[in-house]
Amino acid sequence: MAHSPRRLRSPTTEAPLARYALMTTAFLFLALFLLLPLAAVFIEAFRKGSGEFFAAFGDPDTLAAIRLTLLVAVIAVPLNLVFGVAAAWAIAKFEFKGKAFLTTLIDLPFSVSPVISGLVYVLLFGAGSVLGPWLKSYGIEILFAVPGIVLATIFVTFPFVARELIPLMQEQGTGDEEAALSLGASGWQTFWYVTLPNIKWGLLYGVLLCNARAMGEFGAVSVVSGHIRGLTNTMPLHVEILYNEYNFVAAFAVASLLAALALVTLVVKTALELHYGAEIAAGRKH
Amino acid sequence: MTTSAAASVRWRLRQPSVIPGFGLTLGFSLAYLTLIILIPLAGLVWRSASLSGEEFFAILADERTIKALEVSFGTAFIAALVNVVFGVIVAWVIVRYEFPGRRIIDAVVDLPFALPTAVAGIALAALYAPNGWVGQVLNVFGIKAAFNPTGIVIALVFIGLPFVVRTVQPIMEEIDSEVEEAAATLGANRFQTIRRVLLPGLAPAILTGFALAFARGVGEYGSVIFIAGNIPYVSEIAPLLIVIRLEEFNYGAATAIATIMLALSFVMLLVINLIQAWSRRRYGYGA
Amino acid sequence: MDVSVKNIRKEFDRYPALNDVSLDIRSGELIALLGPSGSGKTTLLRLIAGLETPTRGSIFFGAEDASHRTVQERHVGFVFQHYALFRHMTVADNIAFGLTVRPRGQRPPKTEIRRRVADLLEMVQLSGLEKRYPNQLSGGQRQRVALARAMAIEPKVLLLDEPFGALDAKVRKELRRWLREFHDRTGHTTVFVTHDQEEALELADRVVVMSQGAIEQVGSSDDVYDRPNSPFVFSFIGDSAHVPVSVADNTVRFQGEPIGVAPRANDMASGTGTLFFRPQDVALVGDPAAPALEGRVATSRRLAGTRIADLDIGKPGEPHHVEIEVPLDALAATGTTIRFRPTRWKLFAE
Repeated sequence: MAHSPRRLRSPTTEAPLARYALMTTAFLFLALFLLLPLAAVFIEAFRKGSGEFFAAFGDPDTLAAIRLTLLVAVIAVPLNLVFGVAAAWAIAKFEFKGKAFLTTLIDLPFSVSPVISGLVYVLLFGAGSVLGPWLKSYGIEILFAVPGIVLATIFVTFPFVARELIPLMQEQGTGDEEAALSLGASGWQTFWYVTLPNIKWGLLYGVLLCNARAMGEFGAVSVVSGHIRGLTNTMPLHVEILYNEYNFVAAFAVASLLAALALVTLVVKTALELHYGAEIAAGRKH
Repeated sequence: MTTSAAASVRWRLRQPSVIPGFGLTLGFSLAYLTLIILIPLAGLVWRSASLSGEEFFAILADERTIKALEVSFGTAFIAALVNVVFGVIVAWVIVRYEFPGRRIIDAVVDLPFALPTAVAGIALAALYAPNGWVGQVLNVFGIKAAFNPTGIVIALVFIGLPFVVRTVQPIMEEIDSEVEEAAATLGANRFQTIRRVLLPGLAPAILTGFALAFARGVGEYGSVIFIAGNIPYVSEIAPLLIVIRLEEFNYGAATAIATIMLALSFVMLLVINLIQAWSRRRYGYGA
Repeated sequence: MDVSVKNIRKEFDRYPALNDVSLDIRSGELIALLGPSGSGKTTLLRLIAGLETPTRGSIFFGAEDASHRTVQERHVGFVFQHYALFRHMTVADNIAFGLTVRPRGQRPPKTEIRRRVADLLEMVQLSGLEKRYPNQLSGGQRQRVALARAMAIEPKVLLLDEPFGALDAKVRKELRRWLREFHDRTGHTTVFVTHDQEEALELADRVVVMSQGAIEQVGSSDDVYDRPNSPFVFSFIGDSAHVPVSVADNTVRFQGEPIGVAPRANDMASGTGTLFFRPQDVALVGDPAAPALEGRVATSRRLAGTRIADLDIGKPGEPHHVEIEVPLDALAATGTTIRFRPTRWKLFAE
């Protein structure tokens, strides 16, 4: 009678031993380099108990840092949101000369070191510049003040929204808009009732990533801030100061708040990808 | 035909379209781009151009500058190599294997994108310092993993991993299983199939991932300075040296270092784009 | 090389894709596996290649039980539906691949490999394209590179999965003829999968008609077209009409009325069944008293040298449509009545 043949391995998988070795390698690597640092933030923050942890937030300088971080994000993110939508509209809905070059320019801040992103504003508004002293004569402080921090943050988070929207809107084409216009809708109506609903999840996705970077930016902000406690310290800068003062619990307590923000970002991001994958477009790269 | 004949004489910025808002959106985008990005960057270039050639090269010939650039580029290169090896393995495991928690692992890869660099920096420093959890273990083997170039590599591995995984992963997902089966029917064993068929197909993506991780590593600041030790000539990175020069109000030196870093990263981006274009033309795929 | 498939069962997630399939393929034969999608034809091909493992049953290459052999050990030439060429390799490297992955001891020297590649390229009429990349070839050229690559390992059996599926109609016809000639010249045992009956009937020595994980019929083109052995084969291959009938007293009746057809010796003597016939195998009946099928013309259309009439042959309230061929001069205006009788038919019991 026909005997049952020994199970042959599918030609498109590895031997079980190789498979387990690869999985173990990947898990160990991720644990060592990603999960352990994340865990360390929370463990260090609670090292001396929750009392010390919450005491860190009683410090007025810490509260000022949190307020400043929120303020910067509230200004920078909407500006980049408006820019992202406008740029995506121009690039995705029209054919014009120099389009590829413009797209490349939008990505530029990604390839610039954060320190250099800050440096360019120091050169523009600093003591040796033309603009800085002139503005100062009118009482306007850019550098080592909130406007400088906002500018540096806008610079580093500049491409996030545009980058998500451009491929998405290119994929969607112009058919819906043309239909709406042919039915008598005005340009604004077309945008509000046709385009925006089509891109809302991609938009949210871009805003999410933009916000995470805006609140967490360190290098660029560090260069322009001047590190004035209670005035020009954002949360990441405050973490640095506390850490350098060996106030580890407070440093990690503030850091844990930022880490929690990162976790929330990841969860929402994953949920968006899971439920609206197609509506966020192919661009998973950053 | 008659109208297009007239129009073709005139140079036109854009193709005609019924959709409104071109002038408004493009105008706003260009103005914003110019104000936020182009003018400040042009300021940097202008500032560096106003240095005389001699001044410029004197700054770059400074031993400390050279060492800092060496440290930045060297550690970023090593970290990007490490990330290529482990990033490809991580992407493979996520794409190919079914296991509980696969989605969580997939999401965790993005952690370095989401976690502020300063937070990552102090966490890594706490872990890999000689008295940290991992540092203690490594100490037993005589390995010092913080406050030296090794520490910088560790921080840059953390920062660069998602660049490799997220570039390779979508290309890996698109691999047609027929290609692997074809190799098998032709007698190739699994190792030969991976080495000669799958990895070469992924090469453009791997190269791009490497370049992105490398470029990011060269400019990285926040996650590095806490674990690097920042010893001049040994573990002082170029971005930190820019900050130090700025604090000394030595704008010329800061500008020169920044210019050379910018130039090198642009050259690299250009090279990558060329490789991509070449690959797409020849093989019909890039990354 | 003879290939025997013995009592093969294949389950995917406990759903049987193939159920107890047996098939003998003779050495040098060109065989078509024909069936609708989901009939299990590709699964059967992949099982022969060793790309899938059977849940039960075995596969013999000649006298040897190959069930335990891995796909690498089976030495089959497999041409994939989308060719699966290696995009980063030149045409020459693609073809040489099977030779270069052999263990060192069995690997031919480089010059020998180059010579073999040149021969194969000539055989598939692509000489001069060895330095090209797959991306730079047309669909038909890719197809032939895939074939040359499969032939390079000197396979015992050549297996092709929908070999013409991804080509446009004109190239498809050319390549079909070319493959037939190629097979006649090389004499390989060849099995190909198709859902295109025209392709199967024109090309294959024998056609294996499959449906729902089982083989319905194996036979020459004439066998499966003229002597279908199941309602499925009758309706799947060529055009056909079918009529639900009852048999009693040596008479076949439709909706209670005799239709002028008597069951043959080996047909069922009584009960209900289905009568199948081809649209062209009918004769018009002029005598209004003679038993026949009678129908009103719903529509009719001209098709090349004939006219096809769509008739409703049912009683009022019980419509049943069949399509038959009528002579061009027959009156077949919509609403007119036509009486006819199948001349060649087959009766299948329920």
